[in-house]
Amino acid sequence: MNSVLTAASYILVHAPDMVVHNGTTQTTERVVNPGSEYLKQLPEHIRSYDQAVAYAPNQTYIGNMTPGQLGEMEQPWHDMPVAGATREGRYGEIMPQDEFLLLMQASDMFDLVRLDRAFVAKTKPALEKHPLLGQEILALVKAGEDASDIARAVNEEHAEGLYHMGQLVGYVKRAHDVDANLSAHVLLENLASKASAVLALRHLLHTSGVAPEEIEYVIECSEEACGDMNQRGGGNMAKAAAEVAGLGNATGSDVRGFCAAPSHAFVMAASLVKAGTFKKVAVTAGGSTAKLGMNAKDHVRKGLPVLEDVLGGFAVLITADDGKNPEIDLDIVGRHTVGTGASPQAVITSLVLSPLERAGMKIQDIDKFAAELQNPDITKPAGAGDVPQANFKMIGALAVKTGELDRGGLNGFIEQHGMVGWAPTQGHIPSGAPYMGFARQAILDGEMEKAMIIGKGSLFLGRLTNQFDGISFVLRKNRGAAQQQQEPGISKEEVRGMIAEALRSFAASMEG
Amino acid sequence: MDLENQKRVKDLAEKHGPENILVILGAAEGEAAGIAAETVTAGDPTYAGPLTGVQLGLSVYHVCEEEIKSLLDPAVYDEQIGMMEMVLDVDDIVSEMSAIRDEHTKY
Amino acid sequence: MSLLNRKIIIIGDRDGIPGPAIEECLKGTEAEILFSSTECFV
Repeated sequence: MNSVLTAASYILVHAPDMVVHNGTTQTTERVVNPGSEYLKQLPEHIRSYDQAVAYAPNQTYIGNMTPGQLGEMEQPWHDMPVAGATREGRYGEIMPQDEFLLLMQASDMFDLVRLDRAFVAKTKPALEKHPLLGQEILALVKAGEDASDIARAVNEEHAEGLYHMGQLVGYVKRAHDVDANLSAHVLLENLASKASAVLALRHLLHTSGVAPEEIEYVIECSEEACGDMNQRGGGNMAKAAAEVAGLGNATGSDVRGFCAAPSHAFVMAASLVKAGTFKKVAVTAGGSTAKLGMNAKDHVRKGLPVLEDVLGGFAVLITADDGKNPEIDLDIVGRHTVGTGASPQAVITSLVLSPLERAGMKIQDIDKFAAELQNPDITKPAGAGDVPQANFKMIGALAVKTGELDRGGLNGFIEQHGMVGWAPTQGHIPSGAPYMGFARQAILDGEMEKAMIIGKGSLFLGRLTNQFDGISFVLRKNRGAAQQQQEPGISKEEVRGMIAEALRSFAASMEG
Repeated sequence: MDLENQKRVKDLAEKHGPENILVILGAAEGEAAGIAAETVTAGDPTYAGPLTGVQLGLSVYHVCEEEIKSLLDPAVYDEQIGMMEMVLDVDDIVSEMSAIRDEHTKY
Repeated sequence: MSLLNRKIIIIGDRDGIPGPAIEECLKGTEAEILFSSTECFV
C-alpha cells in the first residue's frame, strides 16, 4: 500500500531590504566594487509589496492561479499585474517583510534577534491579526530595544542589521566571538530559513485540517547548514521549525542535496509512511536569503525590476493510504546514479525514461512532468534560458528517440505534458515541489491521473564532487478502490512491465 | 562569469601563455555565451571579477560550434551533447560568439 | 583549427552543457584540459 499526498502549502515572504543587505550578489559587489553603478541603481529597481503580490508567478505559487492559467498569459509577466491579487492564497500567503521580521524573532530561541521598540509597536498589531500563527507564537515577540542600542550593535559588535523600507529596525546578534558558523550572518540566514519553514508548516496545518500533535515526523530539505565549529552542518532544522510550529509530537531530521533535496525528502517521507514507521510525515523547507537578487545585476542592466525579491517556502503532508488522495508510487522511482554521468541526456534518461521502462510504461503515459519550475521571467534575462522548457524539450526528444513520438509532435508534447515555470530561484524551491499541490488537486478533480515530480541538483557547487544528482517519482490517482476490485489480478501496466523484462532478458541471452 | 573562474582563467593564461589556451563554453543561450566570451577576451563586462579591464584575447568557442564539434568524436559528442544541442538555439549562440571573436580575439 | 598542444579551459553550464560532458568529448583528443567547471545561475 502506497502512501498518499494529503495536503500542501506554499508561502512567499517579500524581502526587499534583504535583497539589498543579504543577497550574495549584492554582498559580493559591496566587497569587490563598493562604489559601483549597479549598487547605486539597485534601489530604484526594488518592487513594493503590492507589486510583488500582484505578480502573476507569485499568485500562482500561493495557489490563486493555476500553472495553466499562468501559461495563457503572454510573457514577460513582470509588467502585467494581476487585478484583484491578494495576500492570501489557496495554499498559503505572501507575507510582508515587517511581519516576517517579527516571525524571525518568534522563531529565535537564543535571544539573538533584537528589534526596534517603535518598529515592534507598529508591526505587532498586524501580526496579531494573522489567522494561523496563534498566541503561542505571538507571545515570543519581545517589546524591543532603543534605536541607539541597535545602531551600536551593528556598528561595533559584529551584528547583522535587519532593515525595513531602508531603515535599520533591528539586528541579529552573533552567537560566538570566534566561531564563523555562529556569526550573525549565518544565523540570519538560518533564522530566516527556519521562520519561513514555520510559516509553511502553520499553513500546512490549515490546508490539511490535521491537528499539530498528529504529525509524527518532519523532514526539512532546504540548503542551509546549522551547527557550530565542531559540527558545522549538525542540523535538525526540521525539529527546530517543528517546535515553533507547535508540532509537539514530532521529531525529524534534515535532508540535503542542493535543489534535488525536496524530491529526495518526498521519497523518504513516502517510504517511512509506506513502511508503517510513521503515519503522518511533513516535508518542509524555508527560503534562502543568500539567493535574493542572485541575478539582479542582469535585471537592473536590462531595466527590469529585481524579480528575486521573495523567500520561498513549502510544506507537504504525506500520510497512510486513505483510498482517496493521490498515491506516491514508489514502484516508479528514477534516480541519477554515480555512474550516470553529467551528459544532459543521460541525466534525463535516468530520471524519466529508465523508471518508466522498468514499470512497463511509456513517457506519454505521464500526464504532466514537473521538473525544474524556475520562473522564466527571472532566468531568461539572466542567460539561463527557460529552464522548465529545456527540460520538457529533452523529455520530448527522449520520446522521439524511443520512437513513441513523431518528431513533428514535439511542440505538442511540450504543450500537453509540460508547463510554464513560476517558482522563485530559491535553489531547492523550484525543483518539482511547487507542482505537488496543483497535481494533487488536478488528480482529485479527475483532470489527470499521473504526474512525475523530478528533482535535480548541482552537487558540484559544494566542491566535493563533480557529480550532478536527481531523483524522480510518480504521483498518481488513488487506485484503492480499483485495486480491491481487481485483486488478486494484476494490472495492464504490470503485465507490460513483465513482458518488457522478459524481452530484455531474451535479447540479453541472444547477445551473450 | 563566476569570480573564481575568472581568477583561474587569468592565472592559467599567465602560466601557459594566452596563445596556447582554448576556452570552451557550454552556456545555455547566446547572450550568456557572448558575455562569457567577452570576459575572456575583452574583460569582464560586469566589472565584478579579476578580469575586469584585462584584455586576454583568448581563443574561445561554444562546444556546439562547428569549429569545435568537427574536432570531436561524433559518437561521443552525440552521446554527451547531441540531444542538448536540439534544445539550445545554436544559431543564436554562433552569431553571438562570432561577433565577440571577430572583435576581441587575439589568437 | 587543431587541438594539438591546445590547453583547454572549460566553462560549462548547468542548464546548457555541463563541464564533465565537454570533458568526455575531449578525452582521446590531443588537447590537454587545464581546468573544467560548471556554472549555475539558478
